[in-house]
Amino acid sequence: MNGPLLFFLDHIWLIPLFPAATAGIMLLFGRRLQNSAVSALCVGSVFVSFLFSLGAFFQLVAMPVGERLATKILFEWIPAGPYHMLDGKLANFVADWGLQLDPLSAVMILVVTGVGFLIHVYSIGYMAHEGGYYRFFGYLNLFMFSMLMLVLANNLVLLFVGWEGVGTCSYLLIGFWFKKKSASDAGKKAFIVNRVGDAGFLLGIFLTSALLGTVRFVDICAALVACHFSLGDPRITAIALLFFVGATGKSAQIPLYVWLPDAMEGPTPVSALIHAATMVTAGVYMVTRANALYQLAPSAMAVVAVIGALTALFAASMGVVQNDIKKVLAYSTISQLGYMFLALGVGAFASGIFHLMTHAFFKGLLFLAAGSVIHALSGEQDMQKMGALSAKIPTTFRTMAVATLAIAGIPPLAGFFSKDEILGRAFQHSHALWFIGWITAGMTAFYMFRLLFLTFYGQSRVHHEVEHHIHESPNSMLIPLVILAVLSVVGGWIGIGGRFEHFLEPTMRIQRHVVAPHLGPPGAPETKREEIVEHAEETTPAAPSEELILMGLSVGIALAGIGLAWHLYLKRTDLPGQIAQKFHGFYELVFHKYYVDELYDALFVNRAKDLGLALGSFDRVVVDGAGVNGAGWLTRFVSRLSMWWDTWIVDGSIRLGSFMVYALGFVSKFLETGYVQNYMLLIVLGLIGFLAYYFHLAHHLLH
Amino acid sequence: MIDKFLFLFFAVLMIGSAIMMVTRRNIVHSAVYLITTLLATAGIFLQLKAEFLFVVQIILYVGGIMVLFIFVIMLVNLDVAIRMVQFSRQGFVAGILALVLAVQIFLALWIGRAGLPAPAIHAMPPKNTEAVAEALFQHYMLPFEIASILLLVAMIGAVVMAKRRV
Amino acid sequence: MNAAPVPADWYLLLSLVLFAIGVVGVLVRRNVIIMLMSIELILNAVNINLMAFSRLWADVNGQVFAIFIITDAAAEAAVGLGIILAFFRNRETLLSDEMDLLKW
Repeated sequence: MNGPLLFFLDHIWLIPLFPAATAGIMLLFGRRLQNSAVSALCVGSVFVSFLFSLGAFFQLVAMPVGERLATKILFEWIPAGPYHMLDGKLANFVADWGLQLDPLSAVMILVVTGVGFLIHVYSIGYMAHEGGYYRFFGYLNLFMFSMLMLVLANNLVLLFVGWEGVGTCSYLLIGFWFKKKSASDAGKKAFIVNRVGDAGFLLGIFLTSALLGTVRFVDICAALVACHFSLGDPRITAIALLFFVGATGKSAQIPLYVWLPDAMEGPTPVSALIHAATMVTAGVYMVTRANALYQLAPSAMAVVAVIGALTALFAASMGVVQNDIKKVLAYSTISQLGYMFLALGVGAFASGIFHLMTHAFFKGLLFLAAGSVIHALSGEQDMQKMGALSAKIPTTFRTMAVATLAIAGIPPLAGFFSKDEILGRAFQHSHALWFIGWITAGMTAFYMFRLLFLTFYGQSRVHHEVEHHIHESPNSMLIPLVILAVLSVVGGWIGIGGRFEHFLEPTMRIQRHVVAPHLGPPGAPETKREEIVEHAEETTPAAPSEELILMGLSVGIALAGIGLAWHLYLKRTDLPGQIAQKFHGFYELVFHKYYVDELYDALFVNRAKDLGLALGSFDRVVVDGAGVNGAGWLTRFVSRLSMWWDTWIVDGSIRLGSFMVYALGFVSKFLETGYVQNYMLLIVLGLIGFLAYYFHLAHHLLH
Repeated sequence: MIDKFLFLFFAVLMIGSAIMMVTRRNIVHSAVYLITTLLATAGIFLQLKAEFLFVVQIILYVGGIMVLFIFVIMLVNLDVAIRMVQFSRQGFVAGILALVLAVQIFLALWIGRAGLPAPAIHAMPPKNTEAVAEALFQHYMLPFEIASILLLVAMIGAVVMAKRRV
Repeated sequence: MNAAPVPADWYLLLSLVLFAIGVVGVLVRRNVIIMLMSIELILNAVNINLMAFSRLWADVNGQVFAIFIITDAAAEAAVGLGIILAFFRNRETLLSDEMDLLKW
């Protein structure tokens, strides 16, 4: 292989490093830098990463299909050593700081760095007048680093590092205006709900290493082949479900979606980058990366598909009645993520990734354009106070219109291709799931055009003070909008003819060896099995007419949605209010997001607070009371004892000594009166005693 | 016979004077009674055929010491002392103890009295003074000199003690 | 006259009685001059004892000893009276009760 040909592939580790370096610079010196320096550094580093990603992609494509896997292990990060797996065999745990580039991660880094770069450029204009400019870009770069680590990781542990990193950056950026209580609360909510999911993910990682003895992706695939797991093995299913729990947290599916609407408290570029294009797609990426496991656990895939579909419907219903422009887009994101999981659940992994890519384009564009509208209206986000802006902010309007058409699934824009592919595969798998997706597509078209009409058409309901200041955004904000609009139009054309799917095949191909043994009759020769697998992998349904009918139905319901929106919000604008009045109860239910937040509060949040209070009172009563106060009481008691001891025994012995002296003195006192005659008396007394002693010698006296 | 008579006479005189001396309020009277006691003692000495000591007793004791006593008595104020209580508070106990002592010694003597021989008068040398001189200046020369030094010291001491501070 | 000499124990008894009176005098009287005089009395009693035994055993040593005692008594009386005089000048008292400077 030629040296220069492999330059970018050899240096894929630089791709996350550039944003990491500038994030570090922001951390250390950011405060002292001018805004222009910050912009140059941070946006520049992302641009360089994008160039490197582009280079790596082309170099990867230049390689033969079977060898499209570049690995670069930087160093052995956790060489934990030997341990026993579930079945007793000895395995060696090693998690290295290694990056791998295969078609899947190539797509991801292009999306992340490309859309990321455009959003960075947009932020220069959007955040120009905000405080904490350097902090914003520092966090944004840190996020880019984490996300790139996530998609480039060659093992589950490093992926988890990136996973947590993006979660942290999400928290930091949602709560960017931390002095606003709702913003900091939203940040906390995002992080904590994410954490719930992460717990499941972590358990999945543990189970994987316990079951398969490794966490590296390539080794996992090899282990799955070697161990001959049966289809639907409960352990594999458990791993798959646990991974999916993590995905529901990160990608806002039922039941862990509640953080995403609140995350709209963050600046709009954050919403665009993190909560539309990249972070929320991490779950989709992760499931796709582990598709080998999922293919061995059909029940888990069924769960994924069902939850994806239900989430899509559920979120769309809530998006219909929201009045905040960003909230509508948030629910739309949740709904589209549901589509992606639906795709993954029915086995169309490539379709899911395809939709991920097109969604990054048009949802990113939608958010940026919404940001532009908000910027133009000096911060107004309530659609009820917008209207008739199409002429005043033309570029914004036009790009947003393109994105809305894309998301509604109107051909030949990007959204049509990806969404249609998903619906087609869903139909093959289960009619019920297709139906839910189809209805949701209609609702999507409806609420997105509702958004468009309310914002740009009709009577101007703008507050007259704001009206004076309506202005188009600066070029730094408009150019990314235009570029993304172009991508929203042409982005889908990549997928025509199944080229996208073929490109991603190496990622799935490796798994083929895993699944193949289980399809077809047992005992059939290898080649026959390959054939069966080939047939199963093909995406074209039995009849091309079926495909056309489905396409027609999709477009049809989209147009119906648009028509309904036009009727309700342009023609007879009084009607929505009347409908809301008529179905008052139902309307209130949906408007309040089915009271899910309140339910979670009651079930979990308040219970956690109660636990906290209980522990607090335990701490106060038992630990402080018995422990600290008790220790205090004990000390005082002991001190009283020792005081008693000191007073009576120690002092007592001293006083006893002095008393003895006194007593002796008392006795001796009488001997020293200073009175001579007393002394004389004592002499006489002594004499008497003396004589008495020797009295028995008296008879010798006069000899 | 005469010896006994003389002895009894002097003894009674002595004891009587002694008791009087101890019990008088007036110090001068006590001094005078002491003089008579001392004179009676001299008489006993004479009765014991010790002429030298008889004379020494009178000259030294009465003529020297008692005169000294009288001088000092004169130097101190008598009037105040006469009105004071004469006997100390330990008088009773002291009397008892003295009695006990006396009885004790008496008993000792009584028990041992059998060992006493009769006085050997005839064995005494006829010239008492010469005998005393001989003994004093031959055998007891050193104590004699020491006694003289003692007297010198006492003299100096008495002068120093009694001297008026100038 | 050497007929019926006085029995020696009479002298001893006399000496004893005198001694006892002297002791009583020392212990009982408050006036220090009388105390001194009583001490002289005691010394005299001792002298009588000595003389009696000197006569008894035909030994002149007793008499010599008695001379020394007299000498001693003289010295002692002189010094003692000097002390009393000095004390009297300071305290204006002759009573031994009031001579209690050595007692705290």
